[in-house]
Amino acid sequence: MSLDIFILVLLVLAALWTVMTRSLLRSAIGLALTSAILTIVMFRMGAPLAGVFELSVCAGLIPVLFISVISLTQPLTYKEIVEHMKVRLKRFWALPLIVIILGIAFVFVNAKFKVNAPLAANQIDARSLLWHLRQFDLLGQIIILFSGVFGVVVLFKERKKSG
Amino acid sequence: MVSAISVVLLFVIGIYCILATHNLIRVLIGLEILIKAVTLLLITAGFIDLNMALAQGLVITIIVIEVVIMTVAAGVVLGIHRHYNSLDVRNIRKLKG
Repeated sequence: MSLDIFILVLLVLAALWTVMTRSLLRSAIGLALTSAILTIVMFRMGAPLAGVFELSVCAGLIPVLFISVISLTQPLTYKEIVEHMKVRLKRFWALPLIVIILGIAFVFVNAKFKVNAPLAANQIDARSLLWHLRQFDLLGQIIILFSGVFGVVVLFKERKKSG
Repeated sequence: MVSAISVVLLFVIGIYCILATHNLIRVLIGLEILIKAVTLLLITAGFIDLNMALAQGLVITIIVIEVVIMTVAAGVVLGIHRHYNSLDVRNIRKLKG
């Protein structure tokens, strides 16, 4: 139990570091770290299939995507970085305070989430649930994947030069 | 309990990141943290409800949608950068529509 609490605190700290850190590259790496810690939470809660997806896609693919975007966009000049640092501190100083105050408030308020958990566990496998009971979700996933592909094709299409 | 608190804190961090930053890539990172909060919420709900199969199915669907959204959003960010030569949201003031 204490290990779970430690991992969840680590997850929040990783997310905080992702948002607060100076460079965008470190933010992308922090995002991968957050996903990896979330994967550990998933494994410990008994969701290995979702954990594998999270680890391979969210901790692997999406940071690579972010790093590609960062490397394809123009980095800031030194003057812009100095100016950005001054403003950044002003904008983000409240976030750790808010997180700490909210966390302490929740712990001390001791809000009880009343959940009527069923007595018997639903023993159905995630794979068979996805393939047999929720085919409509799979159809939606396929449609969204195709729309994403077409969206990227449209976005990166070479425009014909007029004249 | 701690898991629910973590969900709220992750959500606050994501929202704050989106609201406070002017950089488009950081906005996407905030959005990603929001999605992580939702993922953790679903897993926690499945764990409490003893219905982890459904939670896993929904999380897998969310991850697929998340990847597509991030890919298209990254394309849009690159297009904006190509057009405005900047990633600052304050510079994007010529939207038509």
